This record gives sequence, C-alpha cells and structure tokens, in this order.
Amino acid sequence: MGRQMCELCKDRRAALIRPRNRQQLCQQCFFVAFENEIHKTIVDNRLFKPGERVAIAASGGKDSTVLAHVLTELNRRHNYGLDLFLLSIDEGITGYRDDSLETVKRNEIQYGIPLEVLSYKALYGWSMDEIVREIGRKNNCTFCGVFRRQALDRGAAKMKADKMATGHNADDIAETVLLNIIRGDIARLSRCTAIITGEEGALPRCKPFKYSYEKEIVLYPPSMYYLYSCVGTYSPNAYRGYAREFIKDLESIRPRAILDIIKSGESFRYALTTKMPEQGTCEKCGYISSQKWCKACVLLDGLNRGLPRLGIGRTRGKSSSATGIQTDNSSSDKQTSIRNDKRILKPSLDF
Amino acid sequence: MQLTLEFGGGLELLFGSKKKHQVDVSPSNGHIELTVEALLVWIRDNLLKERPEMFMKDKSVRPGVLVLINDSDWELCGRLEGVLEDKDTVTFISTLHGG
Repeated sequence: MGRQMCELCKDRRAALIRPRNRQQLCQQCFFVAFENEIHKTIVDNRLFKPGERVAIAASGGKDSTVLAHVLTELNRRHNYGLDLFLLSIDEGITGYRDDSLETVKRNEIQYGIPLEVLSYKALYGWSMDEIVREIGRKNNCTFCGVFRRQALDRGAAKMKADKMATGHNADDIAETVLLNIIRGDIARLSRCTAIITGEEGALPRCKPFKYSYEKEIVLYPPSMYYLYSCVGTYSPNAYRGYAREFIKDLESIRPRAILDIIKSGESFRYALTTKMPEQGTCEKCGYISSQKWCKACVLLDGLNRGLPRLGIGRTRGKSSSATGIQTDNSSSDKQTSIRNDKRILKPSLDF
Repeated sequence: MQLTLEFGGGLELLFGSKKKHQVDVSPSNGHIELTVEALLVWIRDNLLKERPEMFMKDKSVRPGVLVLINDSDWELCGRLEGVLEDKDTVTFISTLHGG
C-alpha cells in the first residue's frame, strides 16, 4: 500500500496528500514545503520586525507546539532577530493541564526559549475548577475563553513582549468566519481574518499559521509523534463544535473550502451604515473593551457576588437572572444597563 | 492478523483512555482481505467503549479524524478500500478539539 512516489523528489514514497493542492509528498519534502510557506507568510505580511520580543502563546497542544518549533527554527535559519519566549496559562482544571504543561516544559528545553506560566487563580482569584463548581458544566467555556484571552495579553505585557504569536490555523479561522456570520457579529467578522490584530493597542497579535491546514500541523513531526491529547474537558456541547464539524465535513468533500472561506472573509466590505462598537477601555481594569466593563470584569463580578450567570450572553428563557438582580440588588444598575446595551448592540457583543 | 491500533487527540477516551492497542483481527466471513472499512466496523463492535458517533459517521471515520497507516496518510492508500497487512499500524487522531 502507499506505493505512490513523492511528486517533488520522485525518490521517496509519498507520506501524505496536501489538502491545499492534492499534492502527494514524502515527509522530507512536506516539511520543507510547510516551513517555506510559513516563512513566506511571515515575510509577505511583515509579521515581525528585527529585535522584537515575541510571546508564543503556548497551550501544550499541537498548534502551539508546532508554532514554537517552526518559529525558533525559522528565526535561526532566516535571522529574524526575534527574542522568543513561551507564554502559558494554567486554567486550573484538574488533570487537564498536567500533560500539556509537561509538554510546554519540554518545549522550553527542546527549543531553548524561556517559559512563563500564569494561573487563573493568580490572575483572577478563581480557578476553572472553582468556576465550574459555581456554574456547572454548561456555560463555563465563556469564562474559560474570556479569561484566557486576557490572561495571555496580561502575561505578555508583564513579560515586556512587543507582540504575541498564536497558533490559530486555517481551519480555526474558517470556523470563526462562519461563526461570526451565523451570529451576525459584523465587528468580529471584519476582524477575524486579519493576520495581525490589535496593532493600535499595546500588544499586537499575529497568526503565522493563518493559511496552514490543521491536518498538516498534526502531521508535522513535533506534534505527530507524541499524539497530543487535548479534549476540551469542559466543552462537550460548545456551539463552536457545530461549526467545527461543518468545516470538517466540507473539507472531506473539498479541502480547498477552508482556504476559500478565509478568502471570502478577507474580501467582505462593510457598508458605512453598519454599526460598529466603539473600542474603549474597561473602567475597572483598563483592558480594551467596547463597554463600560470588559467581559472578564463582568463575569468576575458575577462570580464574586454569587451570581455566576451574570454576563453570559443569551441567557435562556426570560433572562430571569437579570430581572432577579434588579429587584434584589439595587446597586447593580450598572450591570443591568450593560445587559440592556447588549440587546441594542447585539452584533458587537457576545462570544 | 496482528495489528497495532493507536488513538490520539482525545479519541483514546473512547477506548478506555488507552492509546495503543495490540489486536488480532480476521477478515469477516467470505473475505480474504481486511479493508480499512471492515476494520472500522470491527473497532466499533469490539474495542470502542462509548459514544460511537465521536468515532464514526456513516461508514467512515467522523470528518476531522485523521487516519494514518504505518505513518502514511490513508488518503494515499485508498481510504476505506485500503487493504491492511499483518503487523500494520493504524493511527487515528482527532483534530476536533483543542490546539
């Protein structure tokens, strides 16, 4: 089986079919092609400047492991002159990070770049396990996601990074384009295909794997040989999962679909009449926010007041928690108004 | 036929959290060869502990599950029609979660 030869070297047996062009390549030729494409993406889009200090958002999963490997390798090979380090967040989910933190520590040694680990408990006073005890397994993804996003930014700022690189791949971005369409979130739709975001803020983020298929990242050796395990412990019913499955269904019929969805996302132009949220800063913590309080502070406030469902979008039924607050806690006008804003500016909010 | 089966990316949870399985599979009645399609059915009926829908969809693996035969992409080997040989290693990796 698998007797086809590599289309490039014509010398070794092919090891995979590339989703982007159906090319059959051997491992060696695939690695070279994969790395060269990332290099081209970095150069063409000017993702980095010489001398920059770059935080690699490291979860211990396949994407960030491969990202750490490829970036250190390209930095050395092409003299980018980057000061790279790994930045990890420990959500405090029992058992969930044990393996991945081990992986990140291995990466630290393997690639010779320093590692910084920050915990939710240290940053917010709550671990994910504690949050799940409050809220149950249903809506906790909102907390985890919102807290993680800020945690990375704060960690990177604390470590004096100029920029952060994340392992988002083409499948992730295609999925996000679809999700934003489904949710009518025009503001996010207009941003989600950008390869660099937040340039106006203190800490720009970039996605060197924007055009890289997930399949290829999995088959790239640093991820392949330890068979990573990341199962989204607390997200069995996540809405995002449906979009993910849909993307994978499309891919199995026509792999190009993934890059084409990204292309469509990049090509949208928005009517001037489209209402976009104004970006400001959170009154509480100073983090970038389109509301008085940023999402993390709203969620955290709910948790600390024993009302953990506060701030979770699309509350089921008749928003009983919102009305409940109004009647039994008069000091929560601010919260109620945030919730009301949410309904008016629906496209700009929510996750 | 002796095969090594590997499950990763979270799929191992459907198989008692065991990533590597040494198994002995025979072609079903009336067949000389063991195809990947027949192997999937065998895995579902004999090895899988829970939630078959996380592993299979219709006759194939669920989209988003990568299949490697002796470290090679199964798309090179005829996917479901691919014929397995003694001592082959078949690897299943879910890409549906995490990163």
